[in-house]
Order: sequence, then structure tokens, then C-alpha cells
Amino acid sequence: MDAKVAKSGAAVPAVILAEFGSAHDVLHAAEKVQAAGYRHWDTHTPFPVHGMDRVMGLRDSRLGWIVLAFALTGLTGAFVMMHWMNGVDYVTVVGDKPPGAPQTLPSMVPILFELTILLSAFGAVLGMFGLNKLPRHHHPVFASDRFRSATDDKFFISIEAEDPKFDVVRTRELLEGFHAAHVEVIEEEPA
Amino acid sequence: MAYWKPITELGEAHLVQEGSTLAEVTDDIVKVTETAAPRGWWILFGIASSLTGLFTVCVAYLFYRGVGVWGNTAPVYWAWDITNFVWWVGIGHAGTLISAILFIFRQKWRTAINRFAEAMTIFAVICALIFPGIHVGRPWLLYYVFPFPNQMTLWPNFKSPLLWDVFAVGTYFTVSLLFWYTGLIPDLATQRDRSMTKWRQRVYGFLALGWRGSNRHWQNYERAYLILAAISMPLVLSVHSVVSMDFATSVIPGWHTTIFPPYFVAGAVFSGFAMVETVLLIARSVFKLQRVVLMRHLELMNKFLLLTSLLVGYAYSMEFFVAWYSGNQYEMAHFLHNRPMGPFWWAWVWMMSCNTLVPQIYWFKSMRTNIPVMFVASILINIGMWFERFVIIVLSLNRDFLPSSWGYYRPTIIDVGIFAGTIGVFFTLFLLFMRWLPMVAVAEVKGTMPQADPHLAHAGEEHVEPHGPDHVPDAAVAGGLVPGGAE
Repeated sequence: MDAKVAKSGAAVPAVILAEFGSAHDVLHAAEKVQAAGYRHWDTHTPFPVHGMDRVMGLRDSRLGWIVLAFALTGLTGAFVMMHWMNGVDYVTVVGDKPPGAPQTLPSMVPILFELTILLSAFGAVLGMFGLNKLPRHHHPVFASDRFRSATDDKFFISIEAEDPKFDVVRTRELLEGFHAAHVEVIEEEPA
Repeated sequence: MAYWKPITELGEAHLVQEGSTLAEVTDDIVKVTETAAPRGWWILFGIASSLTGLFTVCVAYLFYRGVGVWGNTAPVYWAWDITNFVWWVGIGHAGTLISAILFIFRQKWRTAINRFAEAMTIFAVICALIFPGIHVGRPWLLYYVFPFPNQMTLWPNFKSPLLWDVFAVGTYFTVSLLFWYTGLIPDLATQRDRSMTKWRQRVYGFLALGWRGSNRHWQNYERAYLILAAISMPLVLSVHSVVSMDFATSVIPGWHTTIFPPYFVAGAVFSGFAMVETVLLIARSVFKLQRVVLMRHLELMNKFLLLTSLLVGYAYSMEFFVAWYSGNQYEMAHFLHNRPMGPFWWAWVWMMSCNTLVPQIYWFKSMRTNIPVMFVASILINIGMWFERFVIIVLSLNRDFLPSSWGYYRPTIIDVGIFAGTIGVFFTLFLLFMRWLPMVAVAEVKGTMPQADPHLAHAGEEHVEPHGPDHVPDAAVAGGLVPGGAE
């Protein structure tokens, strides 16, 4: 057994981790984990593996909608800001264009564009962190020393204990059946 | 067709040498940040940080005495400060072009150099932002450019191209930084997991934000990366266009030109590629990265330099043609007389020969693949592009509409010190980046290797395919994947 020896007897399994040597193997195994009905599980790979989203049954990322919302906020915010500041609160007439008239719009285009882009970029990055629930510096998989190579050249499947189908013995057997290079149970003291 | 397979019809080749393992790639790239710096690094760092010191001294003196320490005087009120600003912003553009536009067009070779180029963008924009910051005369009032409620109840004038510039360059810097950091996260996690000391683990771990290579994360991550690339593409085209409007919206002959936005963008990409090449060649030899940065990539960059040089040359000819065709005496006096035959004729000759003649050597493969030649050429192009901005700015001002106020411009030692100093700042930041962060996008490079193909059973290193009964042929798997999560 590679399970971490718990300091007290109260430790419970948190996650089962299986290691694979290639993208091919992890994709095949992931397909079967999904077919076996697990839902709280994940794969960990040094780079995104092609086809994994489909195998894991992931729906398309919702990030685009978040970015759209940010982009529209940037666009309308920029317009309101410029119109109010130069057209209402402190009227600045340049080129004889009446304050607030449609003729002032062309000179707004650069800043309308830039602020749309700026807000979209923040939407993409912050939205990605939000959807991924990052930063999260503590996670049971980090307890494994072998997991360090998940960012180098190894591929992992982790099945979490909170999955309704999780069973230390049966889940472990399932993963071992996929010719995993290594399977380990990571335990965690209950909070 | 598998993603990693080179399209031989297009002359593509493997990005990484065939037979390299994933671990070798990690090692090659990340080891640079883990071992003692080679002597070449220390020598370069010594030079660069000395120049940074010079920069600090010159800027301190400038703040103490005021902008009178520069050579700017009637009628040339804009000179090296704006020249350097435009030059540095332009250099940044190649970074975004490589990281965003080549990404959207699925040019896999960009992976070898994109991290580099993105870092270059950020440091170049930092250097660029210094100049508008210090040229305002009273830099402690720089905050006037921001739209915030103040005791004067004044708002900035949003119809001014100079304010557009604040927003364009500010957005450009912020988006480039976000893009760069997003790309770094998986590699920071790699550094965290390889760290041997507590400090490295803490610092890289903190920056990696707990990245664990989860596929559920990769999905959103890749989408974020795609969106960032997609929005950076129009952004990069807009930034130098807006910079060009600082000039084009005025009525000065030599500035008042509708060709400016695309002309500036082409020039920016041209000079930026030259700078990427200069820096890449130094890094490649100092850190021995020949396995990742192949001659093929350098050759492609040289082809790109040739293309953009032709674009820039076209813009130069067009300016001349339009000046003559317009029949406007001030335009003609500027373009047909003051530029090639005025007191600054030598600056014009530098610009023309470095930007339009030097890159012509790249019609020949022997020149495109010759490292000393391309190193010298890349530096000459950088010089030529600096002179382009000098020609546009100073030569349009030194002989204005009234001959009695014509004058000459001479830089002072402080001008030179500040400009040389920003080169030092740029290389200091760059050398620090090369020491502490992976120079090449490790995770992205792996994604272009044969091992990344999940349908290739034997790609994994030292991996023996267990021919178990549950191993289905690839085609069957690809065709009949269970679309799970449907219930």
C-alpha cells in the first residue's frame, strides 16, 4: 500500500490517484472512468490532451459569456464616461461639434475600443480563475510526491471520495485494471 | 491529420528534435533557471545593470533641472523623447504579433519563441512608458491624464489623440501582462514541482496559484488563452495606429498623412521582429538552446523581416509619391528636399539603407541561415527603425512654415544617457526574466510533440504498450467516444 500513513487513526481517503505513462493510456482510462459513472473525478496532464474534454463529457466552457459581459461593460462604461465628462459635466467643444451630438462619436472610437479590450482581458483571466476555482494552493493531490511529475511528463487520473460511486477498494481496483503505472490512495484528516 | 505531424507540403518540420522525450524538454528549458548562471549572463547583466544605473542618474538630473537639459529647442520641441517612445512601443508589437496573431493562425513554430517575444513586449512597453512619463516637464502632475474627479473640476479632453494614446498604450501593457502571466501559469507549476529549495517552492508555488494540470481547468484555460489572443490581435493593430495619430491628426507636413496607421503598424512589426531576433540569438548562444530554437525558426523570422521591410519600403515610396502628386509646396519641400537633402540627410540615409536595403539580403537562403549575418542585420534594422522615427519627428519640425525660425537639433549627453539607459533597463529586465522564468513555453512545446497525440500508443518514452484485451484500436476509440454527462 502506498497510502499515506495517517498520524491519527481518523484519516479518511480523500482521493485515489492513478499514474499513466502516456496521453494515449490516460485518455483510454478516462473514457472508462466516465463510462463507469464517476462524476467527481479529473485528469491531470502536463499539457491539454486532445479529445479529453469529449471523453470526460465536459460541456463547452462558459468563459465566452463572461468575457462578453465584461466587454459590453467596458464599451458602455467608456461611452458613458466620455459623454458625461466632455459632453455634460464639463463641456469641451473641439472642432465645433455640439456637445453630446452624434458628431462627437468618431473621436470616441479609440477609447471605446481600448476599454472594451481592457475589460475583456480582465474578464478572460478573472473568469478563468473563477470557473477553475483558482487560486487554490491546497488540494489533496498535492500530498502525493509522484504527482509532481504531472507538470513534467506523467499523466494522472484522480477520483475524489465525495463521488457517490467512490469505494476505496472497488475504485482502486478499477484504476489498477487500466494498466496504470501506479495507484495510490491519498488520505486526509477530517476537518 | 494529427496536430503534431508537420505538414510537409508547407515545408513544416518537427518543432522539437525528433526522439526528444517530454522530460528532456522540461529539463532543457527549466534547468536554465535552476543552475548557476553562465559567465556570459553575468557579463551581459553587468553591462545592462550599469546602463540602468546611468539611466537612474540621468533621470534624476532631469527631474532636478527640468527638461531644459535635453536638446529640444525651437523649432524642434519634440525630439528623442518621443522618438524613443515610438521606437520602444514598436518593438513591443512583434511580441504580441507572435503570441497572438500567429497563435490564431495556428503557426506552431511560434511556440519556440512566443514566451520570449511576450516578455520582450512587456519590457519594451515599460521602457516606452518611461518617455511620456518624463517628458511632461512636471512628472508629478502626470496623474492629470487620468479621468478622476479632482478639485479643479476638470476632466481630460477625450478628443485629444494624446489621451487616446494613454488609453491605448495603458491597455496594451495591461493586456500583454495578463496574457503573459496566463501563459506562464502551467510552467510556474512545473517550476514549483521541480523546486529543490523551500524558497523556490514557495515563490513559484504562490505564483502558480495551485495549478494542478486538471483537464477541467485546461478547458477554461485554453479558452481564456484563445480569447486573449483574439482580442490582442486587433489591439496590437490599434495601438500603433493610435500612436501614429499623435502625428497624423496634426497639420505638420510629414505628419499629416493618412497612410500613417498601417505604415506605423508595419514598421512596428518590422522593428519588433528584428529585436526579437537580436535577443533570441543572444539567449540561444548564452543558454545553449539550439535544441528548441532551431535554424528553421530563425529562417522564418528572416522571411518575415523581408516581408515587413518591403511593406515599410512601400510606405516610404508612397509618402514621396503623394507629396509630389499633391502638388502642395510644403509637402514637396519636406519630402523631396528637406528629408533627402536637408541638414539631416544622413539620418534619412540611415533610415533608408537599414530598413529597405539591408533586409534584401534575405532573398538568399545562405543569408537567412547565417547567424553572424542575421545578428548584425537585426541590429542594423533596429538602428534604421530608430532613425525612421527620428526622421519623422525631428525632420518634420526643424524646417517649419517660416524659414526665419528654421533650426537644427542636437541631442545633449543627457538625451543619450537616458536613451542608452532604457536599453539597459530593457536588458536588465530581460536577463532577470531569463534567469528566473522558463524562456520557452514548456507546456505548449509539449503539446506540439508526438507524445501529445493520444492516438499514438507508442509515443510515450520508455513506455511499453500492454496489449490487454481492453485496448481498443485507435480508430474505434476516436469514432465511438462516449459523450458522457448526458444523463
